[in-house]
Amino acid sequence: MNMLIKRFELLSSWQRALLLAASGLFALAVTREVAGARDLTSGSTFIATLAATAPILLVALGGLYSERAGVVNIGLEGMMVLGTWFAAWAGWHWGPWAALIGGAVGGMLGGLLHALATVTFGVDHIVSGVAINFIAPGIARFLSSEIFVGQGSNGEGTITTSPAIKKPMGKFSFPGLADGLKTIDKKRWFFVSDVAGAARSFVDSVAWSTVLALTLVPVTIYVLWHTPFGLRLRSVGEKPEAAESLGVGVYRLKYIALAISGALAGLGGAWLVVDIRQYSEGQTAGRGFLGLAALIFGNWQPIGLALGAALFSYGISLQQAVGTKPIKALYLFIAAAFLTMCIFIAVRGGSRKAVVGLAVAACGLFSYYLTTDKVNNQIVYITPYVIVLVVVTFAASRSRPPAAAGLPWRPGQST
Amino acid sequence: MKRIGTGLVAPAIAVGVAVVVSSLALLLSGHSAIAAFRAMADYVTTTDSLVTILNKGAPLYVVSLGVAIGFKMKLFNIGADGQYRLGALIAAASAPAFSLPRPVHIVAIMLIAMVAGGAWAAIPGVLKVARGVNEVVSTIMLNFIATGLSAYLLATYFRNRRVVDGIETKSVPKSGLLPSLNGFVENFGIHLRRNTTLQGFLPVAIAAGILFYVIVSRTRFGYDLRMTGLNPAAARSSGVNSSAMIIRTIILSGALAGLAAMGFLLTDYNKYSDGFPLGLAFTGIGVALLGRNHPGGIAVAAFVWASIEQASGGLLNERIPTEISKILQGTLLISAVVSFEIVRRRNLTKSIKQAAAQSHATLSPAGATS
Repeated sequence: MNMLIKRFELLSSWQRALLLAASGLFALAVTREVAGARDLTSGSTFIATLAATAPILLVALGGLYSERAGVVNIGLEGMMVLGTWFAAWAGWHWGPWAALIGGAVGGMLGGLLHALATVTFGVDHIVSGVAINFIAPGIARFLSSEIFVGQGSNGEGTITTSPAIKKPMGKFSFPGLADGLKTIDKKRWFFVSDVAGAARSFVDSVAWSTVLALTLVPVTIYVLWHTPFGLRLRSVGEKPEAAESLGVGVYRLKYIALAISGALAGLGGAWLVVDIRQYSEGQTAGRGFLGLAALIFGNWQPIGLALGAALFSYGISLQQAVGTKPIKALYLFIAAAFLTMCIFIAVRGGSRKAVVGLAVAACGLFSYYLTTDKVNNQIVYITPYVIVLVVVTFAASRSRPPAAAGLPWRPGQST
Repeated sequence: MKRIGTGLVAPAIAVGVAVVVSSLALLLSGHSAIAAFRAMADYVTTTDSLVTILNKGAPLYVVSLGVAIGFKMKLFNIGADGQYRLGALIAAASAPAFSLPRPVHIVAIMLIAMVAGGAWAAIPGVLKVARGVNEVVSTIMLNFIATGLSAYLLATYFRNRRVVDGIETKSVPKSGLLPSLNGFVENFGIHLRRNTTLQGFLPVAIAAGILFYVIVSRTRFGYDLRMTGLNPAAARSSGVNSSAMIIRTIILSGALAGLAAMGFLLTDYNKYSDGFPLGLAFTGIGVALLGRNHPGGIAVAAFVWASIEQASGGLLNERIPTEISKILQGTLLISAVVSFEIVRRRNLTKSIKQAAAQSHATLSPAGATS
């Protein structure tokens, strides 16, 4: 077992993520067989999950750029809200692609405001973020009241909703592959169909906005870890005084990072608008905060935060898409996952409290699975948040935020 | 006296910026800014408006105190929302279950709300101390969990089954409700209209503010709290148990969030339902920042915040969008935090210069000989 763990730690993050995803899928397939809950891994569940992942993923990537440059960004939610409004405005005039651009620009304004407050004026990052979360819905509301009310072909614009975006975002299907995977998915072969179901979600009628979101993960990895710009940006987040001594423009990089961060958060908001072809107030529903949590869950790594975003979305889409039966089976799955974690920690000689805690949680979930026949929708709602809380709790000792994140910095400052 | 004078510079700048920005927003959208501010001022200065401001401002004040006590030691309790929600729900559910004479019953319900809010807040505290979990993340997660959990508890265990067309708890019995203050202010010759009620939560909020001041400024606990906020390393090495401080502070913070909910539960809402005012806890974060975490400052901030909200009602007749109040609040907050920081830094530079000049003066004879 210890050998295995060592091996695992030697793998690159891509390989690790693939391995984790595959074993997760395998475990889900087992659960599906045992509990007879087909929807747990069906193509439609995965398609819903992927769609729900996109906006959270975009926001989390936005958080990555700013925190890697040393600026804690709790204002992501507000930037996302600005993104939704500007996306709807641009989309109403010029269609869905313009909506994406509009959203990015709107979010970027929020990011630059955060930069102005935290970088230039040295305001506490959390304080400024909270203030942005306040002002953004106010701006959106005011602009709606001025611009949207009574507009649109059916007069659907109101103070809380925008006129509709007339054209939907185009969809992408991989010719041939989509149908083939769908056939396999329908066969219900153990594990094979589950993999096909998961794979199908990536190639069968995926909105281009989702494709864009997914593409931004490798793009971000490339930009942050394989370009001089990325190295400088991360150095600013780790040790700004060292970066400065080597001639890196710390202020400039922080501004750029926050512009990108806001733009990505705004893009996440735009994704939501394009999805239902309308802005409606409160549409973001705390996704900005979820993105932040996914970022921390993923330990400030692109692949990790993508997994975190997917975890939130899987919970959200299960709650939306299917009835109560497969959800009940999900608890069996989580119990098994907790048990695995518990064994993992025990083998590594981790804290005894953690082992006992996880074992108790696993037993509790298992008995919940055995004793309930109808799972309450609200309990399903809270499940992903509980999982993230548990994971963050047990992984906290391994968490490694950028060293200078949240610290104010002035030029010429030495430690 | 001079200190108070410079203390007012930052808020004055903030108010100026907020007024300019919202005037610009009004002008750009083709409205008269002067007409807007006049309408707001006329509307807000009536006795009825003042009563509404006090009724809404009091719970906001208490929730902001809770946030502020965490901020005092750099503990970012974003979870006031969940603590407020669960405090309200648990208190509402347990209040009808027992009956006591009036003042005792009220106090008992408030204590239950505070215990519930405090217990929920203890979770991120314990996680931070035991496992080093960042409280911003854990409280965000716990807010979502509290939303689901309270909806679940309300629908399954705490629901009043006699009510068919709505999901709500039973009503708090008369003996648990705070009396209105109309009779009290009558003594001072202020006669309120019959359908205007000055709610009895105001004295509770005032008491909470005084208690906050005493605890933070006049006790050992408060000293440790401020010291940990200013310099955690120095606090630890001088013997402050930072783990215990974190847990105590966050529990206190959650207890205040729970107490704030009583401003609605024990007055005009008297039961917990889907329509129970929420959102307040989130606003409390902004008000605490605006008030600089000081009980007096927060009182002014809560009053101003509630006043702007109330004043926007005056715009309806003028056909000016009431949403301008949101712009006003938002810009006020953001320009306030920025100008506080600028003024703080300017004072810091000034005092550093003064100290340097002083030490230079005392050292220069020695320096001259070398």
